[in-house]
Amino acid sequence: MKIAIKGGHIIDPSQATDWIGDIFIDNGRIKEVRKQSATLRSLGKGGQSGRDDPGFRTIDAKGMFVLPGLIDMHVHLREPGFEYKETICTGTLAAVKGGFTAVCCMPNTFPVNDNASVTEFIKRKASQEGHCMVFPIGAITKSQKGIELAEIGTMRDEGCIAFSDDGQPVMNSLIMRRALEYSKAFNVPVISHCEDTTLSESGVMNEGLLSVTLGLKGIPAESEQIMIFRDIVLAELAGGRLHIAHVSTEGSVNLIRSMKERGSNVTAETCPHYFSITEEAVKGYDTNAKVNPPLRTARDVAAIKEGLRDGTIDVIATDHAPHHRDEKLREFDMAPFGISGLETAVSLSLSLVDEGVLTMSQLVEKMATNPARIMQIEQGTIKTDAEASLVLIDRNKKYTVEAQKFVSKGKNTPFEGCILKGKPVLTICRGKIYE
Amino acid sequence: MLNKKDLLGIKELSLEEIILFLDTAAGFKDVIGRDIKKVPALRGKTTVNLFFEPSTRTRTSFELAAKRLSMDVINFSVPTSSVVKGEGLIDTALTVQALGADFIIIRHASSGAPYLLAKHLKASIINAGDGTNEHPTQALLDAFTIREKKGDIKGLEIAIVGDIAHSRVAKSNIYCLTKLGARVRLIGPPTLIPDEVKELGVGVFHNMEEGLKNVDVLMMLRIQMERQGKGFFPSTDEYSRNWGLTSERLALAGDSVIVMHPGPMNRGIEIVSEIADGPNSVILDQVTNGIAVRMAVMYLLSGVKR
Amino acid sequence: MSKELMTKEDIDRALTRMAHEIIEKNRGIGKLCLVGIQRGGVYLARRLASKIRMIEKKEIPVGSLDIALYRDDLAIRKEQPVVRRTEVSFEITNLIIILVDDVLFTGRSIRAAMDALMDLGRPAAIQLAVLIDRGHRELPIKADYVGKNIPTALSETVEVQLGEEGSGDRVIIKKTGDQTADAE
Repeated sequence: MKIAIKGGHIIDPSQATDWIGDIFIDNGRIKEVRKQSATLRSLGKGGQSGRDDPGFRTIDAKGMFVLPGLIDMHVHLREPGFEYKETICTGTLAAVKGGFTAVCCMPNTFPVNDNASVTEFIKRKASQEGHCMVFPIGAITKSQKGIELAEIGTMRDEGCIAFSDDGQPVMNSLIMRRALEYSKAFNVPVISHCEDTTLSESGVMNEGLLSVTLGLKGIPAESEQIMIFRDIVLAELAGGRLHIAHVSTEGSVNLIRSMKERGSNVTAETCPHYFSITEEAVKGYDTNAKVNPPLRTARDVAAIKEGLRDGTIDVIATDHAPHHRDEKLREFDMAPFGISGLETAVSLSLSLVDEGVLTMSQLVEKMATNPARIMQIEQGTIKTDAEASLVLIDRNKKYTVEAQKFVSKGKNTPFEGCILKGKPVLTICRGKIYE
Repeated sequence: MLNKKDLLGIKELSLEEIILFLDTAAGFKDVIGRDIKKVPALRGKTTVNLFFEPSTRTRTSFELAAKRLSMDVINFSVPTSSVVKGEGLIDTALTVQALGADFIIIRHASSGAPYLLAKHLKASIINAGDGTNEHPTQALLDAFTIREKKGDIKGLEIAIVGDIAHSRVAKSNIYCLTKLGARVRLIGPPTLIPDEVKELGVGVFHNMEEGLKNVDVLMMLRIQMERQGKGFFPSTDEYSRNWGLTSERLALAGDSVIVMHPGPMNRGIEIVSEIADGPNSVILDQVTNGIAVRMAVMYLLSGVKR
Repeated sequence: MSKELMTKEDIDRALTRMAHEIIEKNRGIGKLCLVGIQRGGVYLARRLASKIRMIEKKEIPVGSLDIALYRDDLAIRKEQPVVRRTEVSFEITNLIIILVDDVLFTGRSIRAAMDALMDLGRPAAIQLAVLIDRGHRELPIKADYVGKNIPTALSETVEVQLGEEGSGDRVIIKKTGDQTADAE
């Protein structure tokens, strides 16, 4: 299949590309990327054109952005074990619909991905049924219990590209230290879910006046900040490549910023909900707004945006956490944490560009270039001989979020009914077109 | 004047609505004082008490109120129902509604449970206490009692003593009394009074003697034994020494102070018997008024068209 | 657009006559009491009591009755009627109750009032005194003492305004354009 993408605004920071041009794809690989010259443009020409050939497709990308296929380094695909919430097939389809051509899936499946055979299962399923690249993240500790290290080396060999106990923190500092030390032998990032569970206890939303007036147990911002500090200090002691997952508070951003200034190699990610909405979304006991870490205050939202702007936060990932409708249709205390985020991420992130927090190029860094670098995968670039994984974005297209129309099995989103601007209109994953 | 079919919390009520409930309750207090304590007003309607937490007094109060309005009453207590078999809250409530419930009185351990029901059911939902959120009819009957004994609530100095953090009674009262113009203060150990309450316009005291000065109304809260093991206070003995209501402490309050308690009381811990049974206590009036207030609530909600 | 049917003097004369009729028919006030229906009936009952006191030089007990909780239309109203006080501080068993209301229309208010009275005791008899009878009965109810009979159309409303409520005394009739009989 030959594909020509004509006249789009191509942005790829890894290649310093930021101009209008054409891309030619053949057999799943990029054959040529070239600037559209002014004369050619005015002549209405632009390379090979117009042949009505079934093996040849021309896509008019005028007025659109052409970005490398985005990389979501934090998703929960739920398979094996929780297929009623999501499968590798439905999750990866939701990913490409959302503009992502590669995802990294967390190990809190059932069984937990804490050994090579589960990793192998995930990779096999992904190659058979997945719609985009799937890179498994293995567990740090066996069963994610935080007591014994999992077989990090063997899992890495089978295909895990990073390790995390996400869903839980590694509460025991000694184990976290050992994990960081041990990971150095395999040169893999250790992704930390930072939460002091003795402080957050049975909390279900951000601790503050709202949690008091709603009668819901609160999770203080400090429970995240304490663990971020501990993990970064341990990483200074032990070495290793620490990456902080889903940063949500002002204090956390400040901590990471000052530690980076001191020379720490820590990297950090945040999620679209942490720069779009606040704890107010919980009013009326809407379980779609129940997420861990919880939605915070307006001050935290402002700090997250600032952290993205000044580079303290390196990555925007979704923490896509689909749940079955019945599980969320219950008492707030009993509902599971999580937001189904793959299909709204790009729209929400584009508002950062509208607000002047990031340029389009910086947005691509957060959602493709940096994840590729941190996870050490060959994705997220538009250049000759690279896999043809791209996304076309219409920055001006307005639409209303309708969760029932999500491709993901998870319809749990607090953005239901919101009018968003900008969305991915076409994704190409290894040469295959998804519209 | 009332445009909502449910009573979920005081937070959602306007001052006018609160006054409507109180004024209507006065009319119902006449009814329950007569020989024939029944009126045919809600004849033929059905009330279901859906109590997921044990409670004899509140449940009985609602039951009596419903019966005095000539309604049929069904009691649905958790241990005897299919909820134990794993049926979810919404399924249980829909079943109850399908049986013909016009009113569902719900008490539940999870804050927000009544709101979930109100969203999905056509029946009128009355919150009889949800988690640590609210207990609106308790606050209304407390306000009614204060009004009865002290006249206008505006400007009164009212102290609430005890475990504010875990008390839905305290929260509903804070919202209700501040809306009615009272000056509310909270007294208790710092671990049981969240810092954020100051933003609700109430005073906070950790020293009981300080806090009791010039108080017109003293509302004592039950101290829950379960809190003892979790770092909130070291022992009930220490709690009682510092925040228990004794005759010496009562003397520090205003001359004609009235003492209230939502019940059940831990005699000897948060309140001594001499005061509970003494002339300042209006605790039993609260119980009587509870029925009149709950009748008023059901009467007024029944008129609101779905 | 309203028309005045009775002036302050008309009302006063009618009440005076009714007071005499009540005393005459019952041959004295020995076993009598007055109970007014909230709100208009209560003021009229008190006025009748004071006229009777002037004639017989004796007190007659007066009570007020709220009928909101006995109405037959609670299920279909847009809003629940306001509940007011019922104050009957005397034992009504074996007494003759003169039930007093301002306007007699469909008769449903009187039916509700009688049910309410029955829950308070067992009167020897109930007689009905109304200032205005405007016809259109829907139940078999008849007034024993009437201030004025006024034939009306269903599209009209009769309003009794009394000084106790602020305005001067008068009875007016006006068009509502409403075809249904809306009591109160």
